[in-house]
Amino acid sequence: MKRDWQGSGTAVLALAVVFIAWEILVRALAIKPIVLPPPSAVIVEFGHNWAWYLNHAWYTLLVTLGGFAVAVAVGVTLAVLIVESRILEQAIYALIVGLNGIPKVAIAPLFVIWLGTGAAPKIAIAFLIAVFAIVIDTVLGLKSVHPDILDLAKSLRGGRLATLFRIRFPCALPSMFAGMKVGIGLALVGAIVGEFVSSQRGLGYVILSAQGMFDTTRVFVAILVLAVMGVALFWLLAIIERFAIPWHSSQRPASSGH
Amino acid sequence: MTGSRRASIEVKNVAKQFSGDVTALDELSLSIQPQQFISLLGPSGCGKSTLLRCIAGLESPTRGTISVNDVPVTRPPDGLGMVFQRDALLDWRTVLDNLMLPVDFRGGDRAAARQRAESLLALTGLSAFGKRYPAELSGGMRQRVAICRALIDDPSLLLMDEPFGALDALTRDQMNIELQRIWLAEHKTVIFVTHSINEAIFLGDRVVVMTPRPGRIAEIIDVDLPRPRRLALRGTPQFSDYASRIRKLFEGMGLLKEDA
Repeated sequence: MKRDWQGSGTAVLALAVVFIAWEILVRALAIKPIVLPPPSAVIVEFGHNWAWYLNHAWYTLLVTLGGFAVAVAVGVTLAVLIVESRILEQAIYALIVGLNGIPKVAIAPLFVIWLGTGAAPKIAIAFLIAVFAIVIDTVLGLKSVHPDILDLAKSLRGGRLATLFRIRFPCALPSMFAGMKVGIGLALVGAIVGEFVSSQRGLGYVILSAQGMFDTTRVFVAILVLAVMGVALFWLLAIIERFAIPWHSSQRPASSGH
Repeated sequence: MTGSRRASIEVKNVAKQFSGDVTALDELSLSIQPQQFISLLGPSGCGKSTLLRCIAGLESPTRGTISVNDVPVTRPPDGLGMVFQRDALLDWRTVLDNLMLPVDFRGGDRAAARQRAESLLALTGLSAFGKRYPAELSGGMRQRVAICRALIDDPSLLLMDEPFGALDALTRDQMNIELQRIWLAEHKTVIFVTHSINEAIFLGDRVVVMTPRPGRIAEIIDVDLPRPRRLALRGTPQFSDYASRIRKLFEGMGLLKEDA
């Protein structure tokens, strides 16, 4: 635990250094706020309109979580089908690799045509961008079971379902969390892209409308709120991971290894 | 739980071919009495693990039949416990929960199994480690846990595939002593695959010596040494006689040459 505190101390210090350097640089070089506002101005702007920013942030957060939840549900289901069926493995994998080749951002306008301008198209984009990381890492995890352990399950007459739930899933958890940690960040990207394409709400909308008015400070506030949101979501998953897989070696301090 | 505490095995004219014309086993016949400790000895790639997997119902022979207690093996037989070279422990389960795995799969009285788990851990000196995760144990301790797990629902047949192959020499000796102690207490039918001559003689009632590809039985040697056997036994003339007999067999197969 002590190491954790030292770690976050270092991180806070590094952030502080960056912000101070930023402030000094902007003042020393007399950079116009429209190009790069000083952090002090960004903080003041947030202080004035925090409720408005948080309201938009809340919308983006819900879209992100919605897209992420669908991505986990669909991604894990696809991964199970891929691992359990050879025919589906070839079919689904081919589709996934093909779809993954398309820049998902390019499809975003299509979703507006299909799903309208509400939350649905944004959730769909967040899902689409996040799902691949989750499928790939879950497949990796489900396949990482040692052959001896699968033989053991067979010798105990374990059926496919029992083997899936008692052996494959627990074994896959570390990989799945790795995929979800990447996926949650990608879902946030998808939410913003969705809001860029068409929206009256959310931080993506805030950025786009502020850009239209050359209000760079406002853009920076939105970006900082997004950064905080991204880090918070990642940490939330890391905490859940710690409780879900206490046995995993990456969760334990190195000193307890013999 | 298993009805029968005794397992006899009948292997008749078994052959096993893998794709690409690899003949792992050829015309192999073997009959094993209940409660015997059989050492299955042979060089790497002689098909001894394949034979074990066929008896376990994990693979089916290309020709011939295998039956356990007169029931043809088409799937893993009743009352089977298995131990693998790598301990095959589940990293996410504590030692006690690993022991409970067979009960989770096969069902049965959980409370009774729990008690049996505690007493097996006591038998193997692991009582203090029930709540630990496998990653916190040494190689020898992990393999002991794997043996306890195989014994949890009192199987009549214990199949062990080079269980001590990955351990260092000292730990291996220690495990040989402990396995003998467990076997004397539990008296299962055991088939123990190994490529160590000493280990095979020390543990076995009979040593089945196999030839390399295709795997056939070269000779079956009855080991007439009193139990419990002690490690010092390996220095005695009787033990050396058995060892040199087996070594001669391997020389005959061209596997051991004095001058290369």
